[in-house]
Amino acid sequence: MKSIEELKAIRDRTLKEMSIRDNEDKMRIVVGMATCGIAAGAKNVMNAFIDELNKRNINNVTVSMTGCIGICRLEPVAEVFDATGEKTTYVKLDAEKARRIVAEHIVNQKVVTEFTVGAAER
Amino acid sequence: MVYRSHVLICNGTGCTASKVPEIMARLEKALAEKGLEKEVKIVKTGCFGLCEKGPIMVVYPEGATYCHVAPDDIEEIVNEHLVKGRIVKRLLLGDKDVEDVAKSLDNVGFFNRQVRIALRNCGVINPEVIDEYIARDGYMALAKALTEMTPQQVIDEIKKSGLRGRGGGGFPTGMKWQFAANQVSDQKYVCCNADEGDPGAFMDRSILEGDPHSVIEAMAIAGYAIGANQGYIYVRAEYPIAVQRLQIAISQAREYGLLGKNIFGTDFSFDLDIRLGAGAFVCGEETALMTSIEGHRGEPRTRPPFPAVKGLWGKPTILNNVETYANIPVILLKGADWFNTIGTEKSKGTKVFAIGGKINNTGLVEIPMGMTLREVIYDIGGGIPKGKKFKAAQTGGPSGGCIPASHIDVPIDYDNLLELGSMMGSGGMIIMDEDNCMVDIAKFFLEFTVDESCGKCPPCRIGTKRMYEILDRITSGKGEEGDIEKLELLAENIKQSALCGLGQTAPNPVLSTIRYFRDEYEAHVKEHRCPAGVCRALLKYFIIPDKCKGCSLCSKKCPVGAISGEIKKPYVIDQNKCIKCGVCMDTCKFAAIEKK
Repeated sequence: MKSIEELKAIRDRTLKEMSIRDNEDKMRIVVGMATCGIAAGAKNVMNAFIDELNKRNINNVTVSMTGCIGICRLEPVAEVFDATGEKTTYVKLDAEKARRIVAEHIVNQKVVTEFTVGAAER
Repeated sequence: MVYRSHVLICNGTGCTASKVPEIMARLEKALAEKGLEKEVKIVKTGCFGLCEKGPIMVVYPEGATYCHVAPDDIEEIVNEHLVKGRIVKRLLLGDKDVEDVAKSLDNVGFFNRQVRIALRNCGVINPEVIDEYIARDGYMALAKALTEMTPQQVIDEIKKSGLRGRGGGGFPTGMKWQFAANQVSDQKYVCCNADEGDPGAFMDRSILEGDPHSVIEAMAIAGYAIGANQGYIYVRAEYPIAVQRLQIAISQAREYGLLGKNIFGTDFSFDLDIRLGAGAFVCGEETALMTSIEGHRGEPRTRPPFPAVKGLWGKPTILNNVETYANIPVILLKGADWFNTIGTEKSKGTKVFAIGGKINNTGLVEIPMGMTLREVIYDIGGGIPKGKKFKAAQTGGPSGGCIPASHIDVPIDYDNLLELGSMMGSGGMIIMDEDNCMVDIAKFFLEFTVDESCGKCPPCRIGTKRMYEILDRITSGKGEEGDIEKLELLAENIKQSALCGLGQTAPNPVLSTIRYFRDEYEAHVKEHRCPAGVCRALLKYFIIPDKCKGCSLCSKKCPVGAISGEIKKPYVIDQNKCIKCGVCMDTCKFAAIEKK
């Protein structure tokens, strides 16, 4: 170790990996991973969320799974909770849509209306 | 590699002994079967402190804390939680009805009253991965000291923080460093006392197991402050996990150049070695510890000269305890002023206590100085099991004493405990209820010091033995008038004439129990009666005729045939035959047997 910069680089790199263990209020993406969701391709959707967040170096958003929400016909379903607990439900997702949600909703704080449950049910 | 979930599993000694290796193996296998090994990361951590509820497992991002996890629970945790995202509620810690478990660990009373400085990383990081320590600002304090501060500034900051030795004595750490820094010598040493020996105390082991780098970093800082380039960690060989993690940590630190030559490109060099102790209690005494490192029989010598002047191999040496070192990096990073906001006027910061005995939440807690015993027992410790009455708390192990129920609201700090005739010690805290006999407790601790006395000085070698004999006589019903006074006289003489801290403090458990529970001693001596019903030789079992239904069950169970009678009429115990084993009392379905 020759400099503090080297130490800081290790810190920042590892911190990113460990941020999942913080209990602070932060945005959460919850993907429905019951039988219906998995059959409809939820696993790809979840991996796309994780991958896109990593690419963009976003550490303060966690991705977790949940069971069946009850709208099996609209799977894969994912819900985005912002720091205040406000919930947006996205339906009929695929990997591409997941990446757009990260770009628009997570990064730019703009709900992707066309993917929401409201739009699908219209 | 970023994982979607981290599963933290306690790998402290307590949980390891409760099948954690098997749990880890089952988990790895189950994850592989489900193809989750690239999504879920298993993290070995140190002790969470809640040993009573172990083995402990925490699953992030939800933060769900599972307790009493058994190997057979793994399949359910993987299938339900890690595959389907459904939390396994039956294994959750605390309130199982709470919907939002995300913060469960912090919301449990056991944790939310604690202030974790020395234990900041225990149960949070993987102690075998240096990067995780660095991620939590590890080695930043060393970097700051080496590049921004002079050695004197480091010492001044520690002095200003008011940090006192956490191993028992409570000597101001900054002053100790100043004494060693003031010495002119071609060689100086930094030592770490990890020879934790008090029965029931295990905070040093937990820190070494859960966060070994914090000690390494602090010792390097100490080396810089006093001008030493070599350190030794003296740890007992009975701590195999701690020793192994220390070895891993030291080699990682060397690899990163955080130990070795020209650290951070400065001209400061520092290296560390481990010395294993054979587990003699006396080797926790500083001069005996250094004698042992030198390769001699671990016996103390007279002070002065103090180690700061003439220590290891006759060179100026500082010796601090593990927990003391664990505080140092945080103090340097956050500043002495921040540290001063925690604690009481003369005792700054926090203290880790190992709570054991008659308490619901057995385990390790770190509390700010000045918290009352009542808060520790009832808010953090969860109270006394079976609703029994609190009688006394024993602190300081074999060198300390008892705090009776009448002083339960005294704020805990160094000076208050000394005033009460006890001491902070290394932080063992044994809670006792109405069923504990104080004479028996005093005898227990004295037996320990008799065993552990090194034998160099007569007051300790012979004096404690004589005290033990008197106590043994009292508890076996052969106490004589004047025994209590004899104990007091012997105790005072040993305190004043023993060579080292071990002997000087050995009579404390006896003196403090006499001070607060003299009536119990008198009952033993004068009435040959043990009020708590512990001392077997003084007990008698009786059958209460009104309650006895004459079922003959006790008579059948009695191993020596001491109980006789006619069916459906009250039975009687023959006191001459009775060996006081208590089987009859346990067997009786009508609570018809009493002991007094």
